Amino acid sequence: MDTTEREREAPYSGPLLDVRDLHVEFVTRDGVAKAVNGVNYSVRAGETLAVLGESGSGKSVTAQAIMGILDMPPARIPRGEIRFRGQDMLKMGKDERRRIRGQKIAMIFQDALSALNPVLTVGFQLGEMFRAHRGVSRREAREKAVELMDRVRIPAAKQRVNDYPHQFSGGMRQRIMIAMALALEPDLIIADEPTTALDVTVQAQVMDLLAELQSEFHMGLILITHDLGVVADVADKIAVMYAGRIVETAPVHQLYARPAHPYTRGLLDSIPRLDQKGQELYAIKGLPPNLLRIPPGCAFNPRCPRAQDICRTDVPELFPVAEDDGTPLEGRGSACFFWKETLHDR
Amino acid sequence: MAENILEVKDLVKHYPLTQGILFKKQVGAVKAVDGISFELKKGETLGIVGESGCGKSTLAKVLMNLERATSGQVLFKGEDISQLSGAALKAVRRNIQMVFQDPYTSLNPRMTVGDIIGEPFEIHPEVAPKGDRRKAVQDLLDVVGLNPEYINRYPHQFSGGQRQRIGIARGLALKPEIIICDEPVSALDVSVQAQVINLLEQLQGDFGLSYMFIAHDLSIVRHISDRVGVMYLGKMVEIGSDEEIYENATHPYTQALLSAVPVPDPTARESRDRIVLAGDIPSPANPPSGCRFRTRCWKAEDRCAEEIPLLAVPSVLEGPAAHESACHFPEVREQAAA
Repeated sequence: MDTTEREREAPYSGPLLDVRDLHVEFVTRDGVAKAVNGVNYSVRAGETLAVLGESGSGKSVTAQAIMGILDMPPARIPRGEIRFRGQDMLKMGKDERRRIRGQKIAMIFQDALSALNPVLTVGFQLGEMFRAHRGVSRREAREKAVELMDRVRIPAAKQRVNDYPHQFSGGMRQRIMIAMALALEPDLIIADEPTTALDVTVQAQVMDLLAELQSEFHMGLILITHDLGVVADVADKIAVMYAGRIVETAPVHQLYARPAHPYTRGLLDSIPRLDQKGQELYAIKGLPPNLLRIPPGCAFNPRCPRAQDICRTDVPELFPVAEDDGTPLEGRGSACFFWKETLHDR
Repeated sequence: MAENILEVKDLVKHYPLTQGILFKKQVGAVKAVDGISFELKKGETLGIVGESGCGKSTLAKVLMNLERATSGQVLFKGEDISQLSGAALKAVRRNIQMVFQDPYTSLNPRMTVGDIIGEPFEIHPEVAPKGDRRKAVQDLLDVVGLNPEYINRYPHQFSGGQRQRIGIARGLALKPEIIICDEPVSALDVSVQAQVINLLEQLQGDFGLSYMFIAHDLSIVRHISDRVGVMYLGKMVEIGSDEEIYENATHPYTQALLSAVPVPDPTARESRDRIVLAGDIPSPANPPSGCRFRTRCWKAEDRCAEEIPLLAVPSVLEGPAAHESACHFPEVREQAAA
C-alpha cells in the first residue's frame, strides 16, 4: 500500500473490525444448525484478539463469514453486521468486498498443505497476489515473492522460490502461508489455528514470527485457537466461544487469573497442574451440544456445576463484569447469570 | 521396585528405501527407530514424548509386533517376543493391547459397538465363552463409563470422547497387562481430554495395568506418567522420572522442547526463557553423524559430529540431575525465574 492511501485512511479512529450480532446458520438435511448465534467482537490496529473455543463453537465459521468465504448455501447469514473501518461488509457489492479481502484482510489457515496449490510453485502462488491485486509483471512478481520468503526467514529463498509446496516442511509451509497473508500488507490478519498442525519447537518459531511481523506492521490479529497455552503467550484480549456465542470476554491476564464464566473456569481447571500430580483432573462433565439442538436457556447449562432454574429457561446476555464495589472492569463481560459468584470462586 | 514387565533392548526398525521396479535394490533406509533400550515396570506409566517423525509411533507398532523389528529384543516377562509368530505370537498379543489416536478412523463404521468390543473374543475365545460375550461387552461398556444399553449402536452415533471410550473398552477386552496408548487424547476437545485421562488412570488402578503413553502434549504426559522418555530422530535422548525430566533435564533437546511448550499463564510471558530451535528435524533417512541433535544444538562441538553419545547416567552429575541422558555435555539448565 502506498503512503498516500494510508494517510487518507488515517483519520478513522474506531476499531478496525467490528462484528455485531452476527448469526450464521447451515441448512442441513436434519434441520438448521445454528453455528453462530449473535457474536460481537472488535479488533483495533496492533491488537491481538484470541478467539478461544472447542470444535463446533463457531469460532472458525465466524472467521469465514468475515472473510466472505462461507459456502452460501448451505450457509446463510440471517442477521448481523461485519464492519471494517466502519463499513458493513455484508452490504457491500462483490467487487468492493473482493478489494478488501486479500488486500486489507488476509487469512492464515491451519493446514498449509491443503491451503496451497500442490501443482504450482510457491513462488508463483506468492507472486499471484501481486499480479492479481497490483497488476505487476511476472518478473516483478517473482522478485516480490523472493523478498517475502526472505521476510518470513525461509533459508535460501532465491533457490527455493521455484519449489513446490510438498518440498517444504510443515513449519516452512506455514511460513509461506504467513508470507502470502502479508503480501499486500493487510490491516488485519485472521489466523485460524495457525500452529495446531505443527510440532511444539516449530510452533514456537512460527508464533514468534507472526507476533514480530504484527508489531512491525501494526496490524490487527485475530487468533483462532483451542490452545490455552498459545493464547496466554500472545493475546491482548480473549473472547471465549461456546455453542456459537461469546460466553466471556476479558483482557488476557484477567481471564486466566479470575474467570467470570463457569465454562472458562472449567477449561482452566482441566489443565494438568504440577501440584495435582496423581490426583484426578478436573473434568467438565458431559459433551458439547449438538448445534441442531442447542439446549434452551444458557447452552452450557447441562454441563454447568452452577446451573439454576433460570439458566434452563433464559438466555443470558453478555453482562458487564464489575468489582464488588461497582467499579467496572474494562473489556470484561460474562454471559452467565452468576458471574459475580464465579468471579469470587477461587 | 516392581519387576520389569517389558524390556526393550537395542531395538531397531529400518524401512528399506528401494530403487528400480523389477530388480529392486536397496539404496538406503529410513531409520525410524535406531537402537532404543528401556524397560517398563509392572503397574507403571512410561510416557514417551517427541516431535512428529521421531519414531514414537513406529516404536509402538514394533512393540505390538504389527511391524517386525529389524534387530533387537523385546522381552515380555523375560521372553523375547520380537521374533515370535503363529500361535505363540497370538498368545502374547493378548497381553499387550493398544489404544489409537483417532477414534474416528480406528472404529469400523459398519460394525456395532458390541461387535467392535466383542471382536477380540472371536480371536481369543478362551477369555469369554460364546454365551457370555454379550454380558462381557456390557460389563466393559459400564467400566469405561458408557451406557451398556448402547451395545447395538454404531460408532457415528457417539461423540469423539465416547468413541475413545469404546476404543479403550476394546483394548481392555482381553484383560491385557500392558496397554500402549498412542496419542489417546490429542484428537479430543480440551474439555473432554480430562475425562479420558481420568478414566485411564482409574482403570490402571482397578486392573493393575502398565501403560506406555505416547503423546506430544508434555503437560498431560507429566500428569499421567511415572517416568518419561524423550525421543529424537529414532533415538531415546533422555529418560527418567517425571521430576528428573521436567525439573532437571540435562539434554539440550529436552530443554528446548520443554521451554517451547506454551504455558497457560500470561504472567509467565515476560519471565520465560525460551529456547527457539533453528530449523527442522532432519530426515531419518539421512540422519546427522554423531549426535543426531547436533545440527540444531547450540552446544554442538566437533566431538558431537564424530562420536555418538550413549544413553547413560553422566558421572559428573549428582542428585536428580543424574539420570540417563545421551549428551556429551549434560548439565541442568539455569532457569530464569520460572
